[in-house]
Amino acid sequence: MSFAERTYIIPILKGMMITLKHLFMKKVTLDYPKMTKPMAPVYRGKHILKRDENGAENCTACGLCAVACPAEAITMVAAERKKGEENLYREEKYAAIYEINMLRCIFCGLCEEACPKEAIFLTDEIVKPSDLRENFIYGKDKLVEDMNHRYNFAKRQKHITEK
Amino acid sequence: MGMIKVTIDGIEIEVEEGTTILNAARQVGGKIVPPAMCYYSSLKGSGGKCRTCLVRVAAGSTKDPRPMPKLVASCSTPVMDGMIVENTSNQEVLDARKSIVEMLLINHPLDCPVCDQAGECSLQDLGYEHGLAKTRYEFKRRTFENTDIGEHVKLHMNRCILCYRCVYTADQISEGRCHGVIGRGDHAEISTYLEKSIDNDFSGNVIDVCPVGALTDRTFRFKSRVWFTNPMNISRKCENPKCCGKAVAWMSENNILRITARKDENNEVKEFICNTCRFEKKEITDWTVEGPRHIERNSVISQNHYELKPKHNFKVLENTAKQ
Repeated sequence: MSFAERTYIIPILKGMMITLKHLFMKKVTLDYPKMTKPMAPVYRGKHILKRDENGAENCTACGLCAVACPAEAITMVAAERKKGEENLYREEKYAAIYEINMLRCIFCGLCEEACPKEAIFLTDEIVKPSDLRENFIYGKDKLVEDMNHRYNFAKRQKHITEK
Repeated sequence: MGMIKVTIDGIEIEVEEGTTILNAARQVGGKIVPPAMCYYSSLKGSGGKCRTCLVRVAAGSTKDPRPMPKLVASCSTPVMDGMIVENTSNQEVLDARKSIVEMLLINHPLDCPVCDQAGECSLQDLGYEHGLAKTRYEFKRRTFENTDIGEHVKLHMNRCILCYRCVYTADQISEGRCHGVIGRGDHAEISTYLEKSIDNDFSGNVIDVCPVGALTDRTFRFKSRVWFTNPMNISRKCENPKCCGKAVAWMSENNILRITARKDENNEVKEFICNTCRFEKKEITDWTVEGPRHIERNSVISQNHYELKPKHNFKVLENTAKQ
């Protein structure tokens, strides 16, 4: 090895050039809380159990979402609608308990596809993080649509409705 | 009785004289068996009402090989020597069956998500195989008032396809007729006279013979979906001499949700069970568990249903019995 090679000046300069080049490249990371990545229009996030225009729940606890679910994340218990509850539930059977384990769920959307009553949908909301496993079992309190803040699916289903 | 030869969909079979085409086809088995909604081999006089089993007879017999002019109901037409029958091999038959299914579904409410029969319903299977995905019917469906026919059996008249199976069951299996059809034509409905509750020992069997969800088990109503339950063959010594004591328990973990009679490969009950076995013995300790029931792979009930090899399973059960 000659003296020039032993000083390693040229390789060091080469390396510094690469570093310098990267300084002016576009960043791949995001300054997360202040900035967020754009979401796909059909992003599959937290589920919602829809109500119809009168506020009655669409779900009849038919169990097709649970049987379609590859992760077996959905469980439900059905009950019979009593007299006077017609404004709460659309059909004579309803889900008294409906639970989705969000840790099990793989957000594939097969439940949405299987649903014959247009009751379950995936939204673009993200499941909130928590440090307790129990908090990820979402019951009807978290899943059923709030009539004051209705979820609009028009944008998500644009590709279907435009056909 | 002499044996005669008959060809069904190109398969030749020798059957006893007087056998119907449907039963001859069932002896062959497989895909060539015409579906049947009203015929029930263990009920005398059943059949000839739903027309789903229509087949074409291409040659009447060796003596008179002329084809029959119209499609015939295979459940009530006896075979002749040298008869050639076309079922799935004839497009005319398949088209006719499609129309029949459409006809049966005209007044059917299609409330499968609510109905307890879903998953083991003959009409559902039939519609899946032969039906259209849409309805062409524009008028209001026939509806009936809800009638209460007792604490064990739930009647949904809207779902009824008027196969009369339950009426024959009430006539032949249970003593003293208490269940029949009233009204004619579009108004016909099955009912217990004067809404008298059906309370004899074998009335529960109308649930098993019903091909649709018109008669369902009230003790199982909305408890679970069939495909979430685990069917087990069970038996017990029943005090009732007419009851065979062999049944199927539809379990969820260690709880029996529902008990039905055992159905054979044609979806028919040959040995009926009494109401005590069906509705009152809901503890697993009342029964001897024989092992998991075999469910066809193509059925939705086979979802998440694992069968141990019977030998292995019996061993396990014997061991637990000894302890």
